[in-house]
Amino acid sequence: MKRLWRWLIPLAALPVLVLLAYGFRMSPRDIPSPLLQKPAPAFGLTALDGAPLALASHRGKVVVLNFWASWCYPGCYEEAPVLEKNWRAYRERGVVVLGVAIQDKREAIEKFVKDFGLTFPNAQDVTGTVSVDYGVYGVPETFFLDRQGRIRVKHVSAVTDTVFRDTVERLLAETETR
Amino acid sequence: MRRARVGLLVAALVAAVLSSAAAQPKPVSEDTVHEVAARLRCVVCQNLSVADSPSEMAGQMRAIIRERLAAGESPDEVQRYFVQRYGEWILLSPPRRGFNLLVWLLPLVFVIAGLVVVAVLVRQWTRRPRGAAEPVAVDAAMSERIRREVERGS
Amino acid sequence: MTADVGFGMTIVALVLALYGGVVAAVGARTGRAALVESAQHAALGVFTLVTACFALLAYAFLTFDFSIRYVASNTNLGTPFYYRITGVWGALEGSIILWAWMLALYTLILIVRHREGARELYPWALATMLGILAFFLLVMSVAAPPFQRQLPVPANGRGLNPLLEDTGMITHPVALYLGFTGFTVPFAFAMAALATGRVGDTWLVLTRRWTIVAWYFLSLGLLIGGWWSYHVLGWGGYWAWDPVENAAFMPWLTGTAFLHSVMIQERRRMLKLWNIVLVILTFGLTLFGTFLTRSGVIASVHAFTQGSIGMLFLGFLALVMLTALGLVAWRWDALRSQGNLDAVVSRESAFLLNNVLLVAAAFTVFFGTVFPLLSEAVRGVKVSVGAPFFNQVNVPLFLSLIFLMGVGPLIAWRRASLENLKRNFLWPVVLGIVAAAIAFALGVRSALAALTFATTVFVAATIAVDVVRATRARLRVGERLLPAVGGLLRRHNRRYGGFVVHLGILIIALGVTGSHAWSVQTETTLKRGESTELAGYRLRFEGLSAAEESNHFKVVGAFTVTNGRALGTLQPAKKFYPQEQAPIAYVDYRLGLKEDIYVVLGDFARDGSQATIKVQVNRLVSWIWIGGVVLTLGALLAILPDRRETA
Repeated sequence: MKRLWRWLIPLAALPVLVLLAYGFRMSPRDIPSPLLQKPAPAFGLTALDGAPLALASHRGKVVVLNFWASWCYPGCYEEAPVLEKNWRAYRERGVVVLGVAIQDKREAIEKFVKDFGLTFPNAQDVTGTVSVDYGVYGVPETFFLDRQGRIRVKHVSAVTDTVFRDTVERLLAETETR
Repeated sequence: MRRARVGLLVAALVAAVLSSAAAQPKPVSEDTVHEVAARLRCVVCQNLSVADSPSEMAGQMRAIIRERLAAGESPDEVQRYFVQRYGEWILLSPPRRGFNLLVWLLPLVFVIAGLVVVAVLVRQWTRRPRGAAEPVAVDAAMSERIRREVERGS
Repeated sequence: MTADVGFGMTIVALVLALYGGVVAAVGARTGRAALVESAQHAALGVFTLVTACFALLAYAFLTFDFSIRYVASNTNLGTPFYYRITGVWGALEGSIILWAWMLALYTLILIVRHREGARELYPWALATMLGILAFFLLVMSVAAPPFQRQLPVPANGRGLNPLLEDTGMITHPVALYLGFTGFTVPFAFAMAALATGRVGDTWLVLTRRWTIVAWYFLSLGLLIGGWWSYHVLGWGGYWAWDPVENAAFMPWLTGTAFLHSVMIQERRRMLKLWNIVLVILTFGLTLFGTFLTRSGVIASVHAFTQGSIGMLFLGFLALVMLTALGLVAWRWDALRSQGNLDAVVSRESAFLLNNVLLVAAAFTVFFGTVFPLLSEAVRGVKVSVGAPFFNQVNVPLFLSLIFLMGVGPLIAWRRASLENLKRNFLWPVVLGIVAAAIAFALGVRSALAALTFATTVFVAATIAVDVVRATRARLRVGERLLPAVGGLLRRHNRRYGGFVVHLGILIIALGVTGSHAWSVQTETTLKRGESTELAGYRLRFEGLSAAEESNHFKVVGAFTVTNGRALGTLQPAKKFYPQEQAPIAYVDYRLGLKEDIYVVLGDFARDGSQATIKVQVNRLVSWIWIGGVVLTLGALLAILPDRRETA
C-alpha cells in the first residue's frame, strides 16, 4: 500500500489542469453587474441638439440606454443601425432609446450620429461620471430599464435585433405596478 | 408682482452664492487621490491600477475620486462607491473575507509547511549514526576541493 | 507560392521531428547507435527547415507580401524597415516560430556537446527534445500557421502593434524565449535520467552550464521587460504583476531554487528526488507561461489570442506533467536516498531554506494568478488579484531570501561552528545594524526600507569579507593585488560569479525598495505657460505640436524642466495609429542615478491651450538596470570553463 503513495505526485497535477481547463468556459471579460434589479442611477446631460437629456423624464417607459464611442469598431458600428431601426419601430409603444457617448471628441460623435442618421437622443458624457455610475467597462454596453426605472438587463457588446426585441417585448409585457 | 420679482432676484443671488461656495473645491491632496486610485483596478486596461493607468477612462475615474473626496467622502466611502458599481472585481486586492481568505492564507500555510518539512528532514538527517555515512573516496577532485576550502579559510 | 513553400516546409519539419523523436527513443532503448545517428540527421534537417521558414517569413515581411495573413496583420506600407524584421516575432504565429527555432538550435548544440560524453543519457535527451520540438511544429502547422493566406490580398496591411515599435522588441522576446527554451535541455536530461534509471549526479553535472545560461537569459528577459514597460507603456512602473509577467517569473523562481539545490546534490549527494521534481516544475511552468499568453484564459496585457491553441497547449502541458511526474513515481526507489546532515546550522540548511522560500514565492505567484479562475469556478464571483496582494505577500519572502544570500555562501558545509559563525558574520551583522541606524538618522521612516537597506549592507559585507580574506591569503603567498584578485575570480569563477550575481540582485533590490518607498507623483492640468512643481522639479508647459509620421499621427507636448539648473525639454506624446482604437501615450523622462523625472501626457485641448499631465519622480529606478548589468557580468563569470575541468 505504501508503494502507492508515490503516485500522489503525478496526481497532484490534475486539480490544477482541471481548473485551467475550466477556464476555457469562462470569458475573463465577462463581469456580472452588481446593479441588476437596482434602480438606475439618475443623470442629467445635454443632448447633442442642446435639449436636456435626463433619465427621470422617461420614467414609465422602457428605456434602452446605450453607451458607445465613435472609435469603437466594429461593435458600435454594427449596432447603430439596429438601435435606430428598433427605436423607430418601438417609439410609439412607450420605449425610448438613449445614447451616451463616452471618452470621445465632440466632432467625432456628431459625425457618427450624422453618418448613421440616428434620430434618438444622444448626449456626450464629457467627464465620464455617468459611465462610472453605471459601472461601464467599455463600449458598447447597453442597459435595459423597466418602467419602474430598474436596471433589468446589461448587454455587453453590440446589440442585435433579436436581443433588442426579445428584451424590450419582455419588459413591455410586464404589468405596471404604480 | 414686484415682490415676486424681488423674491426671484434674491433667490437667484442666494443660489449663485451657494453654488459658488459649493463649487469651491475642498483642497484634496493628490496623495490621497493616488492612494485610493491605487486600490482600484483600471477597467479598460489589463491589471493596472487606476492610479497608474494612462488611459482616458482612468483619468476620468481619478477625477471622480478627486471630486468625491472634495465633497467630503472618506477614502473608504469612495472605494465602496466603485465596488457598488463594478463589483468586487474592481478591487486590486481581494477583500479579506470568506473565500478570499484562501488566497491570503494559503501562501503563509505553504511557507510554514515548507519550514516544518525542512525542520523534520534536518532533524532526521542529523540523527543518523555517524558510522552509517557513506565512505567518501578522497580522490584528486576531493583533495582539490579540500585545498580550495582551506584556501578560502572557512 | 511563398505560403505553400512555407507550409510545406513546416509539415516536413514536423514529420522529421516526430520521426527523429521516435527513432532516438528506440535507439536509446535498444542501444542501436545507427538509429540515434539517424535521429541526429533528422534534427539537423528540422533546424534547416525551421531556419528556412523563418527566413521566408522575414522575406515576406520585408517585401510587404500582404498575401500572407500574418504579414498583413503586423505590418503596413508605413512600417519602418527594422520593425519589419522584429515584427516577425511580434505576434502569435511568429512567436511560435521563434520558440521552435530556438528549440531546434538548442537541440543541435546538445548533439554537438553531448553525443560523445553522455552515451547513456544522450539518446533519451535527444528524443525528448525532438518530441517537444514536434509539438511546437504541430502548433505551427495546425493552430497558428504563419503562412496562412490572406484572400483577397489587401492593398495595405494593418500594421505592427505600436507598443512593439521599440528597441525592447528586438531583445525582450529573444532573451525571454532563450531562457524558456533553455530550460528544456535540463528537463530533457532529467527525463533521460528517469528513463535509464541513472538518477545520480551525471545528468546534473551535464546540465549545469545549460541551467545557468537559461537562468541568465530568463533574468535578462525579465529585466528588459521591466525596462520596456517603464519607458514605453507610460504608467511609470516596471512590474505590474500582470499574469503573463508572473508566468515568466514563476519559472525564474523555481529555476533559481534549482540552481542552488543542485549544489547540495553535487556536494552531498542528497535531494535527488527534489532536484528532478524542481526541474520538471520549472519546465512545466515555462509551458504554463506559453499557455497563459496564448489561451486567453486569464486576461492580460500580453494575451495574444483566444481559441483552440489554448486547448492544444493545455493538452501538451497535461501530457508532459503527468508523464514526467509519473516517471518520478516509477523511479521512486532509486530517487529516495537517505539524507545525511551533520548539523542543523550548516550551509545545507541554508540552501534548504532558500529552496523553501523560493518555491513558496513561486506558489504565491501561481496561486494569486489562478485565484480569479478559482473564485469564479467555486463562487461564481470574479475577483482581481493584483499588485497590492503580490507585493504584500512576497516582500517578506524576498527579504528573507536576500538575508539568506548573505548567510549561505559563508556558512560552513556540514557543520558551522560558533567560531566559523563569528569569523564570518560578526562584521556584517554589525555593519547591517549600523546601516539601519544611518538610514534612520537620514530620515528614513519606512521600517521596510530601513530593513532592506540593513539587509543589503549585511549581504554586501559578507561578500566583502570573503573576497578580502581570500585575497589576503593570496597576498600572503607573495602575489600582487590585482593578479591575486583576478586569479581568485578566474580560479573559483563559479563561486565568485555567484557573488557578483548576488551583488547584482542586491542592487536591484535597493532600486526596487527606493522606487516603492520614495517615489512621488502628481497629476495636474496646465495652461500654456503655466508651471507645476514636484520634488524640486519645475515643469512649464510650453505648448503642443502635431506631426504626421509614416504610420501614425502624433501630438507632442513640450515641457521645459528645471531643477535648480535647466534640464532641457521633456516631450511626452500621444500617438494616434489608424489601426488602434485609442491613442497610445508615450512618456518622456530624464534618467538619473538618484531619481528619474517622468512625464505622461493625458488629455489636451485641440488648440494646444492646455494639457493634463501626470508627473512622477521615481527614485533609484536606474539601480535596477545597473543591477541587471552587474548580474550579467556575474553570470558570464560563472559560465566560464572551469579551470580544473579536464576535457
